[in-house]
Amino acid sequence: MKNIIALILGTLFGLILVKAEVLSWFRIQEMFAFQSFHMYGIIGSAVAVGALSVFLIRTFKVKSLEGNIIELADKAPRYKSAYLGGTLFGLGWAMTGACPGPMYALIGSGTTVMILAVIMGILGVLAYAALRDKLPH
Amino acid sequence: MNSLVEWVSQPWPWYVAGPIIGLMVPLHLILLNRTFGISSSFRHMCAACVPNNLDFLKYDWKAESWNLVFVVGVLLGSFLAAQYFASDAPIALSDAAVSRMHDLGIQDLSGQHPAELFAWNRLGEIPTLLMIVLGGFLVGFGTRYAGGCTSGHAIMGLSHFQLPSLVAVLGFFTGGLIMSWILLPLILH
Repeated sequence: MKNIIALILGTLFGLILVKAEVLSWFRIQEMFAFQSFHMYGIIGSAVAVGALSVFLIRTFKVKSLEGNIIELADKAPRYKSAYLGGTLFGLGWAMTGACPGPMYALIGSGTTVMILAVIMGILGVLAYAALRDKLPH
Repeated sequence: MNSLVEWVSQPWPWYVAGPIIGLMVPLHLILLNRTFGISSSFRHMCAACVPNNLDFLKYDWKAESWNLVFVVGVLLGSFLAAQYFASDAPIALSDAAVSRMHDLGIQDLSGQHPAELFAWNRLGEIPTLLMIVLGGFLVGFGTRYAGGCTSGHAIMGLSHFQLPSLVAVLGFFTGGLIMSWILLPLILH
């Protein structure tokens, strides 16, 4: 059941990433140059809807399909890693023009060279896993 | 039916796409009892495929296999979008962005991305090699170091007012602005 739901949500998400041009390298460059509202409108309205949903879920103690009252754990308060890791991620995002979701959506929509970007992303995780103890968090 | 296909096939404006992406937050929480986030899939694939002895990759990734099924969905949805709901129109970039692309030496703005850069047969050239290989590596390394990507931090994290997520988003823009304004023009020229 969980897998069927995940498949449906993923399909919807993939469709949006293509149709709203979120997977476009051009759109990402345009965003980082502050030359269009498009990407800011998408991220901003997504956060607004997300925040309202979280507020309602908490206020009405909504239960998940599994029957538990939904509780959201706080992100670990590691600010150095959030900023440094975020900066490395941002460098990569602006270079490939794609964060992980759009990488998959690019592969699905025919830009198969992004398979290599995903493989490199997996190796990036491996490098992080190996260096983790030596990095500031 | 045809008019529905036509309607879906147009590029979706931000005020349609953004709120639906936002709904991923409650849909994940209610239907899956999980938080929304995509970059974890890199970690799961790494834990599943790469033999290693690293603590960070010793966990029960199979318990999170729904996340990989979500990725299969993204592949499927983007395939369907490109096959059946494609729009012929080029991306409606702002005039300022079009002239900046020309300044960067990119002439063909007809696709989703510069066709002359994102192709297998261009991997022998430095710009493509850097953008795909180094870019992909930084995305994977950076997301795990930061603890999330655009979905996990910017959308999910900001939706429940997580300060580390705000710091991470500031990092995303620090890196993105440095790359887009300083390094990318060097790479492309």
